[in-house]
Amino acid sequence: MSISAKDAADLSRRNFLKVGTAAGGGLMLGFQVGDAFAQEKKGAAEAAAPAPAKYVLNPNAFIAIAPDGKISFQIPQEEMGQGVYTSLSQLLADELDVDLANVTPLPAPPIDAIYGSPRSHRMSTGGSTSIRGFYTALRQVGASGRAMLVQAAAQQWKVDPATLRTESGQVIDDAHGGRKLSYGVLAPAAAKLPAPQDVKLKDDKDLKLIGKSVKRLDTPDKVNGKAQYGIDVRMDGLKIAALAASPVVGGKAVRVDDSKLKAMPGLQLVVLDDIVAVVGPHFWAAKKGLDSLDITWDGGENATMDSAKMWQELRATSLKPGVVAKEDGDAPKNLSRAQDNRIDVAYELPFLSHAPMEPQNFTVHVKNGGCEMWGGSQVQTSAVAAAAKTLNTTPDKIVFHNYMLGGGFGRRLDTDMVVKSVRIAQKVDGPVKVIWTREEDIQQDMYRPAYRNVMSANLDKNGKIDAWTHRIAGGAVSVRMSGKPLKGGLDRGSLEGATENNYGAPNFRVEFIEAPPKALNIGYWRGVAPNNNVFATESLMDELALKVKKDPVAFRLAHLDGTPRLKAAVQLVAQRANWGSALPKRAGRGICAQFAFGTYIATVCEAEVDEGGHVRIRQVHSVIDAGRIVNPDTLMAQVQGGLMFGFTAALYGDITVKDGRVQQRNFNNYRIMRINEAPPIDVHIVASHEPSGGIGEPGCTAGPPSLVNAVAAATGIRLRKLPIDRDILAGRKIA
Amino acid sequence: MVTLQINGQSHTIDAPDDMPLLWALRDIVGLTGTKFGCGIAQCGACTVHLDGKAVRSCLLPVGSIGNRAITTIEAVGETPNGAKIQKAWLDIEVVQCGYCQSGQIMSATALLNRTPNPDDSDIDAAMAGNICRCGTYVRIRQAIKNAAKTA
Repeated sequence: MSISAKDAADLSRRNFLKVGTAAGGGLMLGFQVGDAFAQEKKGAAEAAAPAPAKYVLNPNAFIAIAPDGKISFQIPQEEMGQGVYTSLSQLLADELDVDLANVTPLPAPPIDAIYGSPRSHRMSTGGSTSIRGFYTALRQVGASGRAMLVQAAAQQWKVDPATLRTESGQVIDDAHGGRKLSYGVLAPAAAKLPAPQDVKLKDDKDLKLIGKSVKRLDTPDKVNGKAQYGIDVRMDGLKIAALAASPVVGGKAVRVDDSKLKAMPGLQLVVLDDIVAVVGPHFWAAKKGLDSLDITWDGGENATMDSAKMWQELRATSLKPGVVAKEDGDAPKNLSRAQDNRIDVAYELPFLSHAPMEPQNFTVHVKNGGCEMWGGSQVQTSAVAAAAKTLNTTPDKIVFHNYMLGGGFGRRLDTDMVVKSVRIAQKVDGPVKVIWTREEDIQQDMYRPAYRNVMSANLDKNGKIDAWTHRIAGGAVSVRMSGKPLKGGLDRGSLEGATENNYGAPNFRVEFIEAPPKALNIGYWRGVAPNNNVFATESLMDELALKVKKDPVAFRLAHLDGTPRLKAAVQLVAQRANWGSALPKRAGRGICAQFAFGTYIATVCEAEVDEGGHVRIRQVHSVIDAGRIVNPDTLMAQVQGGLMFGFTAALYGDITVKDGRVQQRNFNNYRIMRINEAPPIDVHIVASHEPSGGIGEPGCTAGPPSLVNAVAAATGIRLRKLPIDRDILAGRKIA
Repeated sequence: MVTLQINGQSHTIDAPDDMPLLWALRDIVGLTGTKFGCGIAQCGACTVHLDGKAVRSCLLPVGSIGNRAITTIEAVGETPNGAKIQKAWLDIEVVQCGYCQSGQIMSATALLNRTPNPDDSDIDAAMAGNICRCGTYVRIRQAIKNAAKTA
């Protein structure tokens, strides 16, 4: 169930929701909240994403209470497995004082003005920002709602609201024998009251849901087949399409031989410049029809590109001076003086596909000068805008039904699947569901950019880092997405995890140089910039420790006095992982210390490498300090799963190009770790009252460096290029 | 026309013999709990039961099934092992995005059908064909063990 964009637009026009009819037929309360983010701003440790100067959540509409007391929350963030339907419901429900058993989370309609993140003013689920963005705001919305319901009860009973209390969806008057009024009964009157602007949030000791591992609200329907993803949409008259986009970026279909297709009844051929699709009654027919075509593509200038050339270009660019992103002291000068204890090195990371389990798909019905569409997106309003632009119309002509995602990982921060589906739907009479095959999904991705990190560091006489330089070379996703060049050549989205100087180098410089790849589109991928920068930083830290024959944990601890939360996490994880204890031959432990997404995490990976170069992860320990936590079990799940996502990339992830075409096709040659490879993962959460950090990505970015450092400890071989090359580990190839 | 026995009911559908069961279930019968992941039996998202045994429906032509009993995620909870597995999944919150979990649950239930007390290597062998991109493997392993302990 979802509110249509049109209904939602009507809601937003009612300059603050007095009374609105909720989707379920109940009453909808809306709450105007003032500067909801002052509190987060004050405590915000993460300077990387400053809160807006003044954010006013106005109007908003998050809570609907039906007469029977059933409650629905409009959840502005996309549920893609990270548990956000539950965690954001916890924030609302705790302050509103209702039981989660009565709560149904719903996808909020696409309206930035109401549901946009306080951090960015737009609807976007990425960068581990849901809790960081909404922690205070949704608590205030819940508290404001509670105050209105209490006020409504006080008016009915003619008592002072201060004498009333609430519990489990009821207002209770202890002074008068404990009489009660349910929220469902009070909602009509409450909704007509002005929303209080300065509500007091609960004291920590009174919290019932926040900080507790409550059961997830979305999972019961995910174990019995009832949960609906975009790909599950069905409706009368629905047709299904299979598509083939140009296998070379920028290419065109120059000839389509459909002689075999003509013998197959009930199929429609759609030929657009760069896309060929076949539409049929079900996917099997459409796919068979597509396979029957003989398509001649003209790849254009990208058709001569291959991985070797792309790496050659990236390497050449990485040797040029970049734009300085962060400078402390004078690193170049101090490096030039250094002799002995200096390291110059480069780390290389490949292009990666997202490969969410639910292949890309969108269902679109073009009609009435616009379209109605069904699907899952991490950027609901951008999806609407993309459809409107494609149809050369305005967003109010687009009705979007948003669905849970069978995996996001950044893939659905892009809207190319919306645009392609709308373009095909323009040629189809009635609704059409366009489904990507796995091959199409992998070969038409917006890939994590390849990066080259050119780094130098030297140590002083005491073995402390004296100078550190890091030049990041890679494509800027912001440029690919916006089509606009970088301001001053600096891509701020590529810097996190590199510029913080957690280890306190007195002379420290980070540069960025844009190296836009040919032949591949680039996109955001789980872990964003830190999945490059943390790998580079933590690899170099291990190399420096080795240079002065220091233990990697001790070496880091000696540099972490200025970053005490990270230091504490490193100390604790070393203890929990039994760091320093004996291991079998060809086994080793690797450490990764990371501050990114507002969260501190220290990870020890224990791995072994056999004579054939095969890597097995034996066990993993993480200690995570993510500030205030809404749902500890969800956090653990995200760290466990994030680590697996990162390990998969380190072991297998590599998108390569030949003749302009992506060579990987399916899970047979774009491998994902399987259960028999999955290590036990111990996650320890540090109790904290600091502002919440993000949790979706820290595990992912901690995986590769901890694993590669473990491999180095096990074998003495330092791998400076991902994915892990078994031939090098087996001695069949020189690094 | 092909007749299939799905979740205890007989369905006669207008489908060519070579059509994989996956698409018959999803696009014709309307049972969308069985998922499309790869189309080449590499990921296990499409796992269903044929006479209680796990099979990949994305490569199984409907013409080859005959009268064998097909069970999908929508009805596996009506079997004792299916119900145990579903409960074990929820008890320790295995699920993240959930897209692969229909297949995981079908494979795990089939494992318990033939091996009531699986050890780690049994679990590896039975479940290695099911990819989870969210990386829920640690919990899948634990949930299977928990379910096996339930009477």
